[in-house]
Amino acid sequence: MTTRYVPPTFWPGVRLVAERELSTRLRSKSFLISSAILLAAVLVSVVVGSIASANPSRTTLAVAGPITASIPSGAFDVTEVTDAAAAEQLVRSGDVDAAVVPDDSAAGVRVIALDETPADVVAAFSIRPDVQLLDATAADPAIAYFVALGFGVAFFMAAITFGQTIAQSVVEEKQNRVVEILMATTPARVLLAGKILGNSILAFAQIALIAAVAGVGLVATGQDALLAGIGPSIVWFVILFVFGFVMLAALYSATAALVSRQEDLASAVSPVTMLVMIPYFLIVFFNQNDTVVAIMSYVPFSAPIGMPVRIFLGTAQWWEPLVALAVLIATTVGIVAVGSRVYAGGLLRTGGRVKVREALRG
Amino acid sequence: MLRIEGVTRRFGDRTVLDDVSFDVGGGRMTGFVGGNGAGKTTAMRIILGVLAPHAGRVTLDGDPLDTARRAQFGYMPEERGLYPKMRVREQIAYLGRLHGMPKSAAEKSADGLLDRLGLAERRNDKLEDLSLGNQQRAQIAAALVHEPEVLVLDEPFSGLDPMAVEVVLGVLQDAARRGAPVLFSSHQLDIVERLCDDLVVIGDGRILASGSREQLRARYGGSRYELQSAGDVGWLRAEPGVGVVEFDGGYALLEIADRATAQRVLRRAVDDAPVDRFGPVLPTLTEIFREVVR
Repeated sequence: MTTRYVPPTFWPGVRLVAERELSTRLRSKSFLISSAILLAAVLVSVVVGSIASANPSRTTLAVAGPITASIPSGAFDVTEVTDAAAAEQLVRSGDVDAAVVPDDSAAGVRVIALDETPADVVAAFSIRPDVQLLDATAADPAIAYFVALGFGVAFFMAAITFGQTIAQSVVEEKQNRVVEILMATTPARVLLAGKILGNSILAFAQIALIAAVAGVGLVATGQDALLAGIGPSIVWFVILFVFGFVMLAALYSATAALVSRQEDLASAVSPVTMLVMIPYFLIVFFNQNDTVVAIMSYVPFSAPIGMPVRIFLGTAQWWEPLVALAVLIATTVGIVAVGSRVYAGGLLRTGGRVKVREALRG
Repeated sequence: MLRIEGVTRRFGDRTVLDDVSFDVGGGRMTGFVGGNGAGKTTAMRIILGVLAPHAGRVTLDGDPLDTARRAQFGYMPEERGLYPKMRVREQIAYLGRLHGMPKSAAEKSADGLLDRLGLAERRNDKLEDLSLGNQQRAQIAAALVHEPEVLVLDEPFSGLDPMAVEVVLGVLQDAARRGAPVLFSSHQLDIVERLCDDLVVIGDGRILASGSREQLRARYGGSRYELQSAGDVGWLRAEPGVGVVEFDGGYALLEIADRATAQRVLRRAVDDAPVDRFGPVLPTLTEIFREVVR
């Protein structure tokens, strides 16, 4: 009698399937090339950003009262205003970078700025004046915009790229019928879990690599202040991304299992693609709208973008990311449970498109 | 012995298998024949647990099948499928590992099979770079890599050239010789006729006939006898209870109603002249198949 082999239990099976996904993807030239291009793009944007910030435009200054004479002319674009209140108003509205107003201190003046001490203005006085910051916690709106955009793009790109990859590999197995051999050996949930795990590892590795390249780039180009400010939101982005991606991966594989040909794939997964695109557009167009971003930070599909943005802006309480994470995990568990049933039910039905209800019936 | 008992399966309103029962004996090659849409593939999928039956069960040596037991099966689905972009040896070994083989054993088994199937030189090629016939051989290797204790093969010979048929046949017979029940379907009745020990005929979701090849031939043999004699057999025309269908010198094809008459005819023939051949005319599987599916 021949040796009896015992099929692998859940996790060893998942590992085996995940390993195959990984090695297949890592050998694919198109994957390697597109990853290299993405990393190069991140590096270029960091370097371009540093060059742009190294050549700042001339600082604009509002000056109130009879102190104009003590400021070196030519170094600043000076707007003269009648009193301190008017100068402060211009700073608040962002029309000027800083204001210089009369004061009874030793310097004789006081510098008003929005959120950051304007070093060049302070240096212009022989006696260092006091600096009054109107809103010390507020983030620079331009940087906030780019941070929001950055999280939006990173999530959008990774979810779309790897989501589509998972969907394609599900349909590939269905289209070339290898799935029938696989299912005779391995339970569908092992196949699904392995597929999600393998592709998730790649997605996480790519995100981590992007984060590392961006971080090293920021430090190397002397922008470490920005890095320190953005650190906590990046950490939360990664945590929320991990669960958000697993949720999307389950959705992609379940919907892909409903069709039998690559040609039908795009239309089948389009609802999932919408779920990925809507948060991206919302963050692009409504990143200044606190209400929209607050709602986004709790909705599972947009939490990986919305919550890190709020953390960066300082508008989230310490417990809020934890609640968003709990909501996301609960949703992920639910979607994976339903998704794996749809996946198992859809796999062996070839021909036309399978209805979700039929697939659930098994 | 693999036993299928009272299996029924519906798709929507359509009953694809209706109370299907048959046995696949250990160490025997069992041919599974039937027209298109007769239910062969569904039955095989149910045996493998890929589909669940609505009624009935499948047992191996009396035990109901579970996932672990089914992982010992070798399966070749009708819809061929392997990963087109994966290297041949790598994917055969991967499938072996999914069945629970350690990596080294899986690779050794893959190498042995590919060598035997004449694919040793192509083992590091991608599957899609092989000819269809060679892909088919790789598929056989995929079904056999884990040294299965039961083989279920849907159309294993389709698309193979005669030499490849011999090779595959040898591999399957080895498995049967080790005691494995081997169930295979085929449309090529001449191949089935030559290969199988037992036969199961299915039509419209019902088992129309099953049993050993000899039993079936005898059962569907009817009442025709052939006689080949050295002398003239013209005397047969005068024999009571004998109808002459064909007559040509020393040869006659006869219609004989009962065994006693047949024995009497043989004795008379032997007395008359040396007899080269006398016996019932056994139908070919093709004829039996036509008969039962009618």
